[in-house]
Amino acid sequence: MKIVIIDYGAGNTKSVQFAMKRLGVEAILSDDAEIIKNADKVIFPGVGEASSAMKMLASKELDKLIPTLKQPVLGICLGMQLMCTFSEEGQTKGLGIFDVQVKKFNNQLKVPQMGWNSIFSLKSDLLKDIKNDEFMYLVHSFYAEICEQTIATTNYGLDYSSALQNDNFYGVQFHPEKSSTAGEQILRNFLEIS
Amino acid sequence: MLTKRIIPCLDIKNGRTVKGVNFVDLRDAGDPVELAKQYAELGADELVFLDISATLEGRKTMIDMVLKVAEHVNIPFTVGGGISSVEDVDVLLKSGADKVSINSSAVKRPELVTELANKFGSQCVVVAIDAKQINGEWLVHLAGGTVPTDLNLFDWAKEVEERGAGEILFTSMNNDGTKAGFANEALAKLSETLNIPIIASGGAGSVQHFVDSFKIGKADAALAASVFHFGEIEILDLKQELRANGIAIRL
Repeated sequence: MKIVIIDYGAGNTKSVQFAMKRLGVEAILSDDAEIIKNADKVIFPGVGEASSAMKMLASKELDKLIPTLKQPVLGICLGMQLMCTFSEEGQTKGLGIFDVQVKKFNNQLKVPQMGWNSIFSLKSDLLKDIKNDEFMYLVHSFYAEICEQTIATTNYGLDYSSALQNDNFYGVQFHPEKSSTAGEQILRNFLEIS
Repeated sequence: MLTKRIIPCLDIKNGRTVKGVNFVDLRDAGDPVELAKQYAELGADELVFLDISATLEGRKTMIDMVLKVAEHVNIPFTVGGGISSVEDVDVLLKSGADKVSINSSAVKRPELVTELANKFGSQCVVVAIDAKQINGEWLVHLAGGTVPTDLNLFDWAKEVEERGAGEILFTSMNNDGTKAGFANEALAKLSETLNIPIIASGGAGSVQHFVDSFKIGKADAALAASVFHFGEIEILDLKQELRANGIAIRL
């Protein structure tokens, strides 16, 4: 199986690559459209700021490529947020794969939300064998609202989408690569999705 | 519900843990990777590695260690000690560290906090503050607490928050090593003054001290070293006790 991690200069690619290695899978980093298109699975990671990440994607024309992909694609953290229609972070237009906006947490809360929080209302094969209220590791200041494509919710001041799915596109706000054995199970599920 | 975090801290010198640990089932208690894996399995929520190497060779070994930890450990970790530039942070994050912790270098050049937050995002910038209460005032100290400054803890914490720090690791030097509990009053004041997470450090000696750091000190996370390394407090027992005390904890 050919797993490609989209390399656009943002974030936690090494951790994702190591997490795949712990599952016995060699994932390669690439920003090459042909290599990405021909992968069996694509992981779209991201840590950092939304508007500059979108600029980096655009400079490599990956913003046009990603929405056209046909194989299973998993966006992680900022990767998931960039797959939404719009982010309040830098007032950025997103890839529009998930029909939902990304907003900033209310300033009554500590921001970023940093640490382990539970996921609820689980749907989708991506979350197979994960228990309702399982803990995942999250670090973020912006959140995707609840929508029809929500496949997991988390509460931090309000309920928001901690995972989304639209056809072959999946997105998780949490970091499965840092979420202990439960996170590994989600990555394993992603590898098994056909 | 977002849970409170329990964070073991490991001192690293030339790629090895120092001060020792007495985990009987470890082949090599000095190997940070084995120890980190063990802590992850026992339920630690995060780890902090503090580099106390004084040499360039020691720094290079630290980078190798970060790579190995990232390869083998499935929970987040922070690296601190000797970080003074954007380049230092870049190499650590690229090697797989989730966050970096800066201390003296931020006091010497506060712009560093801004630069790191702008380049890498606030989520990976932890500012560690060592402070001591002298005549009622909490003063920031440098170089492992040996050099006093005239900076007030709360003013400095506010400044680094405004500059983009994502988290504060506050060590009370009055409490550190005493095993008599965390500096809960100062912690609570920090937590109420700031809008970013606060990690309590210095003084852990019993389960009740952790309960107090969360309930009275309003900390978001608590860090300790020796009570975990010497098995005086088992992480799983601690977390069960915390939950029994009504504190949100991941089990």
